Amino acid sequence: MLFWQILIDGFAISALYALGATGFTLIFGVSGVLNLSHGAIMVGAAVAAWAAASEFGVGPYTGALIGILAGFILAFATYFIAVRPIQRSKAIAESEKEIFILTATLLWGIIIQEAIAYLFTNNAKTVLPIVEGVTTVFGVRTPRNEYFTAVICWVAIGLLWFLVNRTRRGKAVMAASMNPRGVTLLGIELSSIYLTVWAIYGLLAGVAGILLGMFLGVSSYSVGPLTASAFSIVVLGGLGSVSGSLIAAYVVGYLETGTAYLISPAYRTIPALLLLVVVMYLRPQGLFGRR
Amino acid sequence: MPSFVTSRLFWIGALTVIVALVLPTYVSGYVLGLLTVAYYTAVFAMSWDLLFGFAGEVNFGPTFLIGVGAYTAGILDAHFSPGLSIWLCIAAGALAAVVGGVVLALPALRVSGPYFGLTTLVAVLMLQNFIVVAAGLTGGEIGLAVPDVISIDAKTNYWIALGFMLVSGAILFGLSRSAIGLILQASGQDKIQAGALGFNVTKHKLAAFVVSAFFSGLAGALMVFYMGTASVSTFVDVGVGVQIIIAAVLGGRRTVIGAAIGAIFLIGMGELLRPLGELATLIVSVIALVVILFFPDGFLGIIRGGAKA
Repeated sequence: MLFWQILIDGFAISALYALGATGFTLIFGVSGVLNLSHGAIMVGAAVAAWAAASEFGVGPYTGALIGILAGFILAFATYFIAVRPIQRSKAIAESEKEIFILTATLLWGIIIQEAIAYLFTNNAKTVLPIVEGVTTVFGVRTPRNEYFTAVICWVAIGLLWFLVNRTRRGKAVMAASMNPRGVTLLGIELSSIYLTVWAIYGLLAGVAGILLGMFLGVSSYSVGPLTASAFSIVVLGGLGSVSGSLIAAYVVGYLETGTAYLISPAYRTIPALLLLVVVMYLRPQGLFGRR
Repeated sequence: MPSFVTSRLFWIGALTVIVALVLPTYVSGYVLGLLTVAYYTAVFAMSWDLLFGFAGEVNFGPTFLIGVGAYTAGILDAHFSPGLSIWLCIAAGALAAVVGGVVLALPALRVSGPYFGLTTLVAVLMLQNFIVVAAGLTGGEIGLAVPDVISIDAKTNYWIALGFMLVSGAILFGLSRSAIGLILQASGQDKIQAGALGFNVTKHKLAAFVVSAFFSGLAGALMVFYMGTASVSTFVDVGVGVQIIIAAVLGGRRTVIGAAIGAIFLIGMGELLRPLGELATLIVSVIALVVILFFPDGFLGIIRGGAKA
């Protein structure tokens, strides 16, 4: 009973972690940007969906669409406000661009977070779920929404896989992550690839945020922890490795769920952090990273 | 015209110090209290700048060192007060932070860039978890009440904070301008080349961590005995660390003094804008973002740029 409970809950949470981390790692793999406003974009999308569905009463489906749109807009805004000006700046030395992008995206994330808190208060918000009710599988009563979350996450990840491996545009993105100069030599505009990646990222982060809002609820306080968990999952799996992130998301998701059920919810995050420290010492490039 | 620039900066600095010295006669205790906190934060930011600006280590966890120093001092005092002088507690806090700095330096010698950044972030989260879980010892989420304070007089506290900031600022600044600072800068920019030139990169980086940790821990411990309480939200939270990083980059990285200016600015602005409520942090963040995007050398860069033109 407890075993099935951990298995099912852990699966849904891990799927959500995986979806959230995938976009984060994609951006890093292709353009070398660690986007520390990640959590804020997820929460922004969720709050937009919540506001549309609950405050303006447009229903869960339209609400979710508006949330995805918000994710898109926020991702592009991040790119154009906090990332591109620094990448193109001549006043900042190449070696320092990394820390500047980190600081700028961090500040941008705080700006989004505070704007949300100002407009919609700090209260936790639960997005109107698309699927309601509970169902019993293996003697465990679980909200249907949990299964829905896991399914949507995996469909989104599957679509991303298809896009990257089977379409022309996706293959160009893949190539850019391996060798940006080679791609430009083939006559593909690198800046348009970046735009594609940020668009995909906005979609992934938006969907992940809305699902999180339906599943656990979000507030402007969840911004920091969300960014931190995406960051740790991505480093654990190996920066830039999408399959590594997926596996790491499941490792972290199950470690957290198992600890919460078997020991105490107060210790929830500790084993995952310990694992991360051990991996950083023994294998700094992450479980599946390439150097 | 570097001599002109430095002399102009020197005069601005001297003027600021004089203003800071005569301030207690003219302003209220409330303002002094605010500045006291700002001065301690300035030391946090300067210590961070030594690690990042010079050793090139992206340390996301300045609050790990601060927290270790603050909590060690606080716990010792809370459990052994009146038997143990608070100055001994403060010294123990600084020492514990140095040990923490060495622990933090170990991964830094193996990993770099975002990987090291994450290690430091994890260190903060671990410390935070430890404090919450070991609530019997640390006071947990409510915070740890410390029975002793340095002084209840706002002016005395202000003098101590000001003196401490000036002394540690002078030491850190002197260090950054010395041969050690240059070697650190070289190893931060190109570790292999600095090593090839015959400098012991490991030794210098370790020294940078120890110095940074010492001042962070000392400032944290002093601040505990100013506030009379230690809590996760004032000493350890990742948000506090973020503020320190923003302060250092905002004031002008790799300058030490810029970090102090940034810290005092951030705390002062936060207070001035407090009537606006939620909007205060928003406005401060927007200002910081604009400065970083358009003036990457920070406030000090703006002053220097003005001097050049």
